[in-house]
Amino acid sequence: MYVAVKGGEKAIENAHAWLAEERRGATDVAELSLAQIREQLSLAVNRVMAEGSLYDPDLAALAIKQARGDLIEAIFLIRAYRTTLPRFGHSNPVETGEMACDRRISATFKDAPGGQVLGPTFDYTHRLLDFKLAADGDVPKVPEGSARQEPTPHITEFLKDEGLIQDEPTSDDTPGDLTREPMEFPANRPLRLQSLTRGDEGFVLGMAYSTQRGYARNHAFVGELRIGKVAVEMDIPELGFAIDIGEVELTECETVNQFKGSKTEPPQFTRGYGLVFGQSERKAIAMALVDRALRWKELGEDNLGAPAQDEEFVLSHADNIQATGFLEHIKLPHYVDFQSELELVRKLRREADARITSKEVAE
Amino acid sequence: MSAYNFAYLDEQTKRMIRRAILKGLAIPGYQVPFASREMPMPYGWGTGGVQVSAATLTPEDTLKVIDQGADDTTNAVSIRKFFEKTAGVETTEETEKATVIQTRHRIPEAKLREDQIIVYQVPIPEPLRFLEPRETETRKMHSLEEYGLMHVKLYEDISQHGAISTAYAYPVKVCGRYVMDPSPIPKFDNPKLEMDAIQLFGAGREQRIYAVPPHTRVVSLDFEDYPFEATKADHPCDLCGAEDSYLDEVIMDDAGNRMFVCSDTDYCRSRREAGHMGRLAEENAA
Repeated sequence: MYVAVKGGEKAIENAHAWLAEERRGATDVAELSLAQIREQLSLAVNRVMAEGSLYDPDLAALAIKQARGDLIEAIFLIRAYRTTLPRFGHSNPVETGEMACDRRISATFKDAPGGQVLGPTFDYTHRLLDFKLAADGDVPKVPEGSARQEPTPHITEFLKDEGLIQDEPTSDDTPGDLTREPMEFPANRPLRLQSLTRGDEGFVLGMAYSTQRGYARNHAFVGELRIGKVAVEMDIPELGFAIDIGEVELTECETVNQFKGSKTEPPQFTRGYGLVFGQSERKAIAMALVDRALRWKELGEDNLGAPAQDEEFVLSHADNIQATGFLEHIKLPHYVDFQSELELVRKLRREADARITSKEVAE
Repeated sequence: MSAYNFAYLDEQTKRMIRRAILKGLAIPGYQVPFASREMPMPYGWGTGGVQVSAATLTPEDTLKVIDQGADDTTNAVSIRKFFEKTAGVETTEETEKATVIQTRHRIPEAKLREDQIIVYQVPIPEPLRFLEPRETETRKMHSLEEYGLMHVKLYEDISQHGAISTAYAYPVKVCGRYVMDPSPIPKFDNPKLEMDAIQLFGAGREQRIYAVPPHTRVVSLDFEDYPFEATKADHPCDLCGAEDSYLDEVIMDDAGNRMFVCSDTDYCRSRREAGHMGRLAEENAA
């Protein structure tokens, strides 16, 4: 017999308790510490910081632990926490030209000032499961070199000096903030870049890949990819000058793209730009490709109707926290609306049946 | 929870939301963009409604939260608990006693009063969205009052099915100007949209707030020869016998036997307490 469903509150509490138990897993296995996650799952930590838009490796590690390794859930935890933080102001633009690079490669030149620095990359590893790692985590001794003292120049600067690559307009305007103003279309490039850098890695990757496969192909070369730490400076009005408030690890990617020229511009290379927290190079490259695809209008290119050229489409669907929330909300009860549909379909079927019957009688 | 401000949001954010609400009330049915915040519950789960409620609540308020008309559905419980924790306001299940009612998918059966505010959770605020996916286009259509596409859609419904085949989120025209999505309430609730209370609509993910001030004309779109019809299951409530309330259909056994009960749990309870009985009231009392 039906009894009005009561006890939602109790059910929720019990579900949460079970969730906590599942999160911990078997208690005879040692519990993960935040430091272990931060140090040994650092690329997951980086992704959570990038898409959570909050640079704090310890909090990201906590979020990953709490989310049982579900990175989108962890990103959500970080975003929800981030909104509660007071804003004291904003930093000065970081100088990636001053970056202490752990990795810096260019695909467009064999060598360049600053050199090709591979850094800690998976690139040339053979993807063979290392069963030794299952037994012990010993690492070989890493030979050490001396760090480069002088700044590493951007590759695109060399092209710019020759006028071969399009110059980016400089501006001292304060860019918009998509976390403080509702997104309106058309959006400008700063807002597009903000959206892409916190956008879902899989989505941005898919969009970028689609351009490579011919949906608005823009033939990107990785002009430069660099990963390393940069200082964050902030102007303190009371002091009258900027001080270092810390440093963040960034991945920056500049692509060099073909451009045939237009009526007003001679042929010249163009750029796409990616900048992401942490070591996140797949994301940074993908971001640069999508950024370039979205610039078709300002560069006087044709709109080919490709998804990656469609600003409203890309930006409206890049955020995985919005996407997952809306997707998963269909788990919530919808029985009131379903009831309404049920009545309607029954009514329409009754009327259709009546029409068919009356037609048969007439025949 | 003392680390958070009253009703979770900081005062700056609440001010921003209140400005959007006031603008919405000044232009009934117009979707006001607002800088929606990330809330500690997922987008699509009432973040818009929660932000509007947070900006509306005062410590003296009494809050009621319903989902599908019921106070005890899981997400209603979760949102009510959120405000109990972050605002410490009194909560109630009685429509009468509430000063702020947050709802998903229903309007309570009891007539709302002038001193009450009802806050709707809205998934897709744009009534034209499924006819035109681009926001840039739909905003243009609203500003030009270009609603032909919507009438064509309704007309096509009739020519295909012999009736307008929209059962919920049935579009309305507010104050003779803006076509508005009343949120996914069943069309049974549409006539109630002309009411004494303030109606606020919050769409968090889509970053829109809109409003219908008290005593505002709200017309469900239709044609002279195919007038709008508010429909419900053709039964009385099996628990309280009400014939005027929206009903949920519940499958009771493997043989597919059904019972119909009020979706508004508070309405049903108050009727039963007043001695009204439906077909299956005896068995359930036992």
